[in-house]
Amino acid sequence: MKKILIKGAGVGGLTVAYELFTHGAHITIAAPENGPAGSASWYAGGMLAPYCECDNADSIIEKWGVKAIKWWHKVLPELVVRHGTLVVAAPRDNVELDRFAARTTGYEIVSAKELGDLEPDLAGRFQHGLFFASEAHIDPRKALDALIGRLKKGGVAFVAIGENEKDYDLVIDATGRARLQLDGQLRGIRGEMLLVRTTDIHFSRPIRLLHPRIPLYVVPRQKNIFMIGATMIESDNLRPITTRSIMEFLNAAYILHPAFAEAEIVEIGVGVRPAYADNLPHVKRKDKVISINGFYRHGYLLAPEMAIQIKNMVLQNCVQDLL
Amino acid sequence: MLTLYGKNIPSRIFLGTAQYPSPMILENAVRHSGASIVTLSLRREIIGGEQRSRFHKFIEMLDAYVLPNTAGCCSVKEAVITARLARDLFKTNWIKLEVIGNQDTLQPDIFALVEAAKILVEEGFDVFPYMTDDLIVAERLVAAGCKTLMPWCAPIGSAKGPSNTASLRTMRDHFPDLPLIVDAGIGRPSHATMLMELGFDAILLNTAVAKALDPVKMAQAFAQAITAGRLGFEAGILNPRDIAIPSTPVIGQAVFP
Repeated sequence: MKKILIKGAGVGGLTVAYELFTHGAHITIAAPENGPAGSASWYAGGMLAPYCECDNADSIIEKWGVKAIKWWHKVLPELVVRHGTLVVAAPRDNVELDRFAARTTGYEIVSAKELGDLEPDLAGRFQHGLFFASEAHIDPRKALDALIGRLKKGGVAFVAIGENEKDYDLVIDATGRARLQLDGQLRGIRGEMLLVRTTDIHFSRPIRLLHPRIPLYVVPRQKNIFMIGATMIESDNLRPITTRSIMEFLNAAYILHPAFAEAEIVEIGVGVRPAYADNLPHVKRKDKVISINGFYRHGYLLAPEMAIQIKNMVLQNCVQDLL
Repeated sequence: MLTLYGKNIPSRIFLGTAQYPSPMILENAVRHSGASIVTLSLRREIIGGEQRSRFHKFIEMLDAYVLPNTAGCCSVKEAVITARLARDLFKTNWIKLEVIGNQDTLQPDIFALVEAAKILVEEGFDVFPYMTDDLIVAERLVAAGCKTLMPWCAPIGSAKGPSNTASLRTMRDHFPDLPLIVDAGIGRPSHATMLMELGFDAILLNTAVAKALDPVKMAQAFAQAITAGRLGFEAGILNPRDIAIPSTPVIGQAVFP
């Protein structure tokens, strides 16, 4: 059986590893010692929002994204929360809701009362909103940890970066932003995020707050943690978060609910998302190396379908070689 | 042909480069509209680094002049520093000068604008000031050395279209030979046509194209609308009158009412 080395333990690498492993391939994973921490996957929002994302993206996102929800639900049912997404705007930005509604599908318009029924803490705070009932979210860090756990339990070897590729028949490179310097078509898009903690607010689904310049979202995580994100800046610079970004995050959170003013800031994250010119992932093959990269802001949404396609490609090739 | 600071500008549609679904769609919008100038904001993208990002390099590859802008700057100092940075990075003296005075309306701070324009002109910049449609501000900017002006027609991104046609018309009449580019507030192609019919030299827009359902098609629509307006202006547009004039002579009818 072919020996396959998968480089990278972000969502791209781990989903492909999981698909290959569960279909009987012999894989080894080369990853940094601290695992996926610090990668784009680590700082992701984990929104499985194929409909909302079509606000500003190719419609393939919707097609693959709907499948991704099913994939995550099949693989990690305990981690996927299928409560949908709520989209709201401050009254003065209501036109943004109309624009968003015109560009997306899969929602229903909810009144102030319905909004309050869905998220009691938002009762009376917004005139109306859009409810994308079939969307979902997942805690990215728990998802990555769970996939790593499954793979390790199944006996998959995790080795350090720098593993000799000569020992393998096939290499799958999913190293994300590490490829920025090596692949001239990739560019980095800086993203900043916050984790805050408060017991005063309870959301059961991601809330997107539309704004003409600063659209942001708040995703509930376990243990009273909320992720607030994320900026989109055309830069691969990883220097610390700017005060402007923090101010925008806190302002958005405060508009959603004033009790966020008393929340504790428990983490500030800065990451870089690799992307190609069409903001869609690309697969490149050179000799025995297959590279997957450019998930942009859609790692959790697109990685499962990409993983399935790579798995099919790799396993079909293996079969041919055996013949 | 339109000339801006000594450069011949082949088309009268200029595009901003923000908010597109992807750089590839931006590239297609620029190509299919024939936009001859693209603007590029620097403020946030250069965080910490003194280098052009991959996105900036991508913009430079487009077949259009790059006009860096100081979008998001709120003070004279900030705008001047950003302009200098832009000159270093993009090797151009061109700068679209934006000094924002109000975060809700993104209205230009015209006082700071004039001050910053003076400084930058002295430093050899070719300044494209983003301004309101106020005639006196226009005069001050020209006195400061600006050889082109960019009045708004409505707040940035508002898609409202020309809200004060009278003052735009006054500005056009007052500066018949100065290139005037309407920048910001345009929502639909007919807005652009109407402004071009008034005799404006070019239109700069971003949100109306980038946020359209099909940005490439919308860019083409604007390109054609702008051409139509320009041709109409050059051809000489009839003034409206109250009474019908038959387009076919009514020979033989002796009686006038």
